Amino acid sequence: MASKQHANWSPYDNNGGTCVAIAGSDYCVIAADTRMSTGYSILTREYSKICKLADKSVMASSGFQADVKALQKNLAARHLIYQHQHNKQMSCPAMAQLLSNTLYYKRFFPYYAFNVLGGLDSEGKGCVFTYDAVGSYERVGYSAQGSGSTLIMPVLDNQLKSPSPLLLPAKDAVTPLSEMEAVDLVKDVFASATERDIYTGDRVEIVIVNAGGIRREYTDLRKD
Amino acid sequence: MGVLVKEAIDVPPKGGFNFDLCRRNEMLLKKGVQAPSFRKTGTTIVGLVFQDGVILGADTRATEGPIVCDKNCEKIHYMAPNIYCCGAGTAADTEAVTDMVSSQLQLHRYATGRESRVVTALTLLKSHLFSYQGYVSAALVLGGVDVTGPHLHTIYPHGSTDTLPFATMGSGSLAAMAIFESKYREGLSREEGIRLVCEAICSGIFNDLGSGSNVDVCVITKGHKDYLRNHMLPNPRTYVSSKGYSFAKGQTEVLSTKIMPLREKVELGRDV
Repeated sequence: MASKQHANWSPYDNNGGTCVAIAGSDYCVIAADTRMSTGYSILTREYSKICKLADKSVMASSGFQADVKALQKNLAARHLIYQHQHNKQMSCPAMAQLLSNTLYYKRFFPYYAFNVLGGLDSEGKGCVFTYDAVGSYERVGYSAQGSGSTLIMPVLDNQLKSPSPLLLPAKDAVTPLSEMEAVDLVKDVFASATERDIYTGDRVEIVIVNAGGIRREYTDLRKD
Repeated sequence: MGVLVKEAIDVPPKGGFNFDLCRRNEMLLKKGVQAPSFRKTGTTIVGLVFQDGVILGADTRATEGPIVCDKNCEKIHYMAPNIYCCGAGTAADTEAVTDMVSSQLQLHRYATGRESRVVTALTLLKSHLFSYQGYVSAALVLGGVDVTGPHLHTIYPHGSTDTLPFATMGSGSLAAMAIFESKYREGLSREEGIRLVCEAICSGIFNDLGSGSNVDVCVITKGHKDYLRNHMLPNPRTYVSSKGYSFAKGQTEVLSTKIMPLREKVELGRDV
């Protein structure tokens, strides 16, 4: 009995990479490596996976970068319309829901994008939202997505141990670490993931959102 | 008599692989059971002939899919005092086949009383790989110096071989060959040869995701060999947290405790 003929062409490709975000009491750290690859080859060592969607919302996405680019354009356009209609920037929780709806809109031909959204909520506290490819999202204290996520999440779980948002009474999800300590943890965690994941490396781009605005830092990683 | 005839038909074919379990494997896959992955050396391996002999080079990364399982493995295998072999493909296959032929060569040396020849190793390897029809996934770069001179060969998993002045194999072979094709010439000196081999391996390390970490080099000349393990270490760890990590007692939540005594503990009274 012949099995069904499967397509030899796939509309998706995986460009690899890892994204991490950590929420603090008055800051949010969003980081992603800058390597873009396909199969066993490197396409470029200097590709930014991080996109500023609003004043206090920054998204990092790994997966298929063509879909990520399309998703970023889509969200930027919707944010512009919002600004024209409401005369203000979108808050981070509002942007989080917009991203979820945008992803679910393409439930039957998904964006191959694994996203983490980070920023400050309306109270100025750090917030991180983590997504799957079709829009299921949750506000968390920290998250990792992408090829190195399975290597990084256990370390973050051990060091940050954020309580689940489903616990009652509601506990603060943000980490008590200072901004400097969080950035140090992110650098170390990326250096470790780079050792064991072939798709992570080259450089890590770290974006820090706090009351003073948005700041960018870069650290070198192994290039092999 | 019917029983005897049945037994004669049931005798399994001799030699090579027994494929009886392939139907079972297909059935398991359909049921959703994942086959165990095997460790492949993503790999860049090279060899070149220089004026005094041959130089072999290899990277040191072993991968299991997208994960690095060994950051510093040895891919240059000993075959004989004057012959070494680099291996790419399934790690178990390259280890097993080079160990096997290495012991066969030693027995042959005892029988003949002579130094092993590279073509002997070549013939033993290629006939073994051919008889397994490519299922032993080992791609090798074999090099050495014997009484007939320096030799360098490549051996493919199906058993074909090439004799070349410079060769590359593995997932990083194109990156390394680009360097060789551009910079190789006949009659290189030892320093030039080592430098070229390192450059080719580094090209594989940095441009191929299946290869990485360090460079191993092996220089074989008439009557002498230099196994330069970790000759180059171009990939140190980039960042070490100064804060460090503490795993104090109590950091991991203990959900439940159950103590099971394995041996009866007897309390002795203080009478003595």
